[in-house]
Amino acid sequence: MTSATALYDLPGPRTRRRHLTYGVLSAVLIAALCGRVLYLLIDTGQFTHAKWNPFAYEGIQELLLRGLGNTLRAFAYAAVLSLALGAVLAAGRLSDHRVPRWAATAVVEFFRAMPVLVMIFFVFVALKVQPLPALVTGLTLYNGSVLAEVFRAGVNSVERGQREAAYSLGMRKTQVMTYVLAPQGVRAMLPAVISQLVVALKDTSLGFLITYEEFLHAGKLIASNLDYDLPFIPVVMVISPIYIGMCMLLSWSATWVARRQRRSPRTEGPDTGPAATGTLLPGGPSAPG
Amino acid sequence: MNVLTDNWSLYGRGFLGTVELTVYASLLALVLGFVMAAFRAAPVGSLRAFGTVWVTVLRNTPLTLLFFAVLLGLPRFGVVLPFTLFAVLALGCYTSAFVCEALRAGINTVPRGQGEAARSLGMSFTQTLGAVVLPQAFRSVIPPIGSTLIALAKNSAIAGAFSVTELLGTYKTLNELGYGIIWTFVWIALGYLIITLTISAVFTVLEKRWGVAR
Repeated sequence: MTSATALYDLPGPRTRRRHLTYGVLSAVLIAALCGRVLYLLIDTGQFTHAKWNPFAYEGIQELLLRGLGNTLRAFAYAAVLSLALGAVLAAGRLSDHRVPRWAATAVVEFFRAMPVLVMIFFVFVALKVQPLPALVTGLTLYNGSVLAEVFRAGVNSVERGQREAAYSLGMRKTQVMTYVLAPQGVRAMLPAVISQLVVALKDTSLGFLITYEEFLHAGKLIASNLDYDLPFIPVVMVISPIYIGMCMLLSWSATWVARRQRRSPRTEGPDTGPAATGTLLPGGPSAPG
Repeated sequence: MNVLTDNWSLYGRGFLGTVELTVYASLLALVLGFVMAAFRAAPVGSLRAFGTVWVTVLRNTPLTLLFFAVLLGLPRFGVVLPFTLFAVLALGCYTSAFVCEALRAGINTVPRGQGEAARSLGMSFTQTLGAVVLPQAFRSVIPPIGSTLIALAKNSAIAGAFSVTELLGTYKTLNELGYGIIWTFVWIALGYLIITLTISAVFTVLEKRWGVAR
């Protein structure tokens, strides 16, 4: 395989020059765009001392850290609970009995179709609970339902022979599931599970809308403070990299796990790869979002 | 129970607001997502880098943060637009990253041999893409694009919380009018179900017509 893509030939000297021109042109365009934004930022006085000074105060730093801590706490609760709920619902959907199967299916389908925010607001407004439990409940119901489908797909992806072999050894249903199907299914579904946890982490920011004192809420408090000259843009510039960084770390770990699995000789045979496969675009398939 | 019949116009406005947001944001997301997918596949390095950064950053940004930045931040630069337009921008840009990834994954499901065969027949880049690769990619792209758009419809609820006219936003008014909160939410939930089920029905039909026969 010499070229990364089959869509076009290896460019010759003239095409390479043309591409270089395009590259330089678009780079200049992008740079101009960035410059324009930077100019606007400076022009509207976003880099003044008054707007950035508050971040040097210990109180403000503590406020931000407390917000971050609350975000991570909500995420931790939601992650653990939705994994548990997902396991229960998946067990229901995989059940041999009709009643639990239908009940679990109804629950999963309903909560997957509802916007998370509607559930969070419902719990918060109608059931009048504190913001944190409301946020965690909403996130758990939604992500638990999605995870149930992931678990089910993972268990179903285990080869049929495994199940049949286990049954023929005289194992019970529960034993087949816990000793044979689940351990093998986990490997297949781990990347998808981590991707779903990224969604949960991103959605903790919905707590901002029900006045849960999380990271974004702390930012809003600072941004709307007249004493600091309303440092809205600086706050966004501080908060977004942290949020995006956290989510990216988690996303990358999903990709890493997926790649590691594809390589591991324990999970699959040695990766010889059939001759004809390969992808049209460079980079290969990405992790599910 | 009579929350719906008493406030027909309020619910109607909210419902239409959600539909409007969803339709406009979907169009923006599909166009932007296509452009970004083209950028990421382009032989020009700077465009590829731009596409990659766009997708990576937006996929890892919480939508609430994006709304926060767009709805409250852009006015600081003197960009004054109606709130609905801001919401469409935020939703469309956010979803475009997912659309781009779905399109790329779809192109990658087309076996490499198809592209190579087309090239070896002497087809140009445009012919290869237009007559061989994209028609095949289109079929396998339908289901993931459908679920992306359903997610967009659900995400439009966040716009409602930022006081854009939208279905979820109606609960505040109704709550102040003293209606039972449970029924208020039941009708809101039903509204969202209608929208998401319609989208999924449309995409089921599309898939039946053009999907990959498996």
